[in-house]
Amino acid sequence: MNETTVREALREALREEMKRDKTVFLLGEDIGRYWGGAFGVTKGLAEEFGDERVRDTPISESAIVGVGVGAAITGMRPVAEIMFGDLSALAMDQICNQAAKIRYMFGGQASVPLVIRTPFGAGVNIASHHSQSLEAWFMHTPGLYVAVPSTPYDAKGLLKTAIRGSNPVFFVEHKLLYPVKGMIPEEDYTVPFGVADVKREGSDVTIFATLYMVHKALAVAEKLEKEGISAEVVDPRTLSPLDRSTIVKSVKKTGRLVVVTEDCKKAGVSAEIAAIVAEEALDYLDAPVKRVAEPDTPIPFSPPLEQFVIPDEKSIMKAVKETVG
Amino acid sequence: MVEKTKLLQMYQRMLQIRYFEEKVFELYGQNLVPGTIHLYAGEEAVAVGVCANLRPDDYITSTHRGHGHCIAKDADLGKVMAEILGKKTGYCKGKGGSMHIADFSKGMLGATAVVGAGIPIAAGAGLSIKLRGTDQVVACFFGEGASNQGTFHEGINMAAIWRLPVVFVCENNLYAMGTRQSLVMAIENIADRAVAYGIPSATVDGNDVLAVYEAASEAVNRARKGEGPTLIECKTYRQKGHSRFDPAAYRPKGEVEEWLKRDPISRFKSKLIEMGVLTEQENERLRREAASSVEEAVKFAMESQFPQPEEALEDVYVEGEGASTQ
Repeated sequence: MNETTVREALREALREEMKRDKTVFLLGEDIGRYWGGAFGVTKGLAEEFGDERVRDTPISESAIVGVGVGAAITGMRPVAEIMFGDLSALAMDQICNQAAKIRYMFGGQASVPLVIRTPFGAGVNIASHHSQSLEAWFMHTPGLYVAVPSTPYDAKGLLKTAIRGSNPVFFVEHKLLYPVKGMIPEEDYTVPFGVADVKREGSDVTIFATLYMVHKALAVAEKLEKEGISAEVVDPRTLSPLDRSTIVKSVKKTGRLVVVTEDCKKAGVSAEIAAIVAEEALDYLDAPVKRVAEPDTPIPFSPPLEQFVIPDEKSIMKAVKETVG
Repeated sequence: MVEKTKLLQMYQRMLQIRYFEEKVFELYGQNLVPGTIHLYAGEEAVAVGVCANLRPDDYITSTHRGHGHCIAKDADLGKVMAEILGKKTGYCKGKGGSMHIADFSKGMLGATAVVGAGIPIAAGAGLSIKLRGTDQVVACFFGEGASNQGTFHEGINMAAIWRLPVVFVCENNLYAMGTRQSLVMAIENIADRAVAYGIPSATVDGNDVLAVYEAASEAVNRARKGEGPTLIECKTYRQKGHSRFDPAAYRPKGEVEEWLKRDPISRFKSKLIEMGVLTEQENERLRREAASSVEEAVKFAMESQFPQPEEALEDVYVEGEGASTQ
């Protein structure tokens, strides 16, 4: 096992898959030798694999994804980077109408092995156009898979599964997670899609959390233990496919659920999780489901404003206490 | 000079498309076609003139007005018709319909009904060819209306900077639905836009199949040699309205009549007779053959079953890569 960051884990996954499979190539804005990606994920890869396979593009998100789609349906395995998740809006047609629907519309004739990597998440004071968490948009799109890794281990393993698979994957990275450290094995491994990871076992309350919120949930669980409350933290790792059974099983065990996500509450990921539990485990609930998510606002700029809207440990703690108490 | 057999093949393809579209229109009138239709009648010279330059392993991308592209790329008429009627035996098992036909076995990468969306996808197929190191080419069909989309700019620019083997074929039929080109563009020729991307272009009479063929031949050769993309604008006209209920009242009086005089099939027939390639007798035989191939397609489609309702749930994902993926 080696200690590494999420950033390095992602880079290692790209490097190893590019070595393993010549059809894997990268494209995106400033991902090449002059910058290495806005968050440095692809640093050094252009030097190693050349500019043809680590391809700097014009500022054309729609064509970055569209070109990826065209390459994917003709034998390649492109990994497209959208510099900030908010900008995926510019490529929405290619992601949701083309990549996601091609296999279906054409009766299963084609597969679209395309990975679209992009960072979501607030907390670095870059305001409304660079900070949102929009994973619900893509979770809502049939034909796409959505990965949401929270650790270096999951990031590397899920990215490898995404690249090796035959379906289009919207691969969410969280800006604040890039420097987060964790252990990963030296040998080749993958993390399967649709298999949640119980990041911490507990018996009194289930905290469902994604991406950076997993770490906040774990910190809260640590504090709760000192107060005699045993919290289980469930990280889905992929929102599509979604491991419903692990979530439901956990809730049946604890009888309480707090859903913590960084996207907006309205029609967000948390709504889907709460609905699943209402459908499949209502009788097991000892308290109403609590959702901790962003309010229905864009992400503001000024630090006190921004911090106010991002779910924090305090708000998670409060929700858990209300549920348990 | 194009060989005699090839000329006659092109003529026959154009006849097939025309008969096919007339039949679709007729079936539509009998309430046998669900949804809507966008007919290619009048534009046959474009698809045929371009695709006559392509190999079976070359690619095309298509649009909502795509039946002609499929037929020109050697698609099975029966499977196209079955798809239009929503049958299980159609190319897409009834999931796509008239606006979404694909035949990946023939390099037909599918029709997208989002105007302009096929342009970056075609560029992507071009990039794939370049990275795989083959000498295939891509022909990307779209209308003049699509050239106002951002994807036109983004996709052609990317193909230009990377010198991708793509022939961008603009079927300028003067109207984007009911909107005349002059209302939405300050230029007359879409081909002028190529200057902005630093690529060669041509404007041709899109109702003259030989003119289209020659321009496409040059562009395809250039693409195959790795010399990058070309934009070809084909001036043409749809003889029917935009879609099912459209009486096309927005067309000025006399315009349709003028264009009907320039019908691509009649013109090609006269030309072939003039060239001594076709006789009236041979013409009758080809017409009968084309008509009967369409009749067979209709028979196949009509006799085919509709899909089972639950099949709606299939083909969303490549299965077996969800929870079980290791």
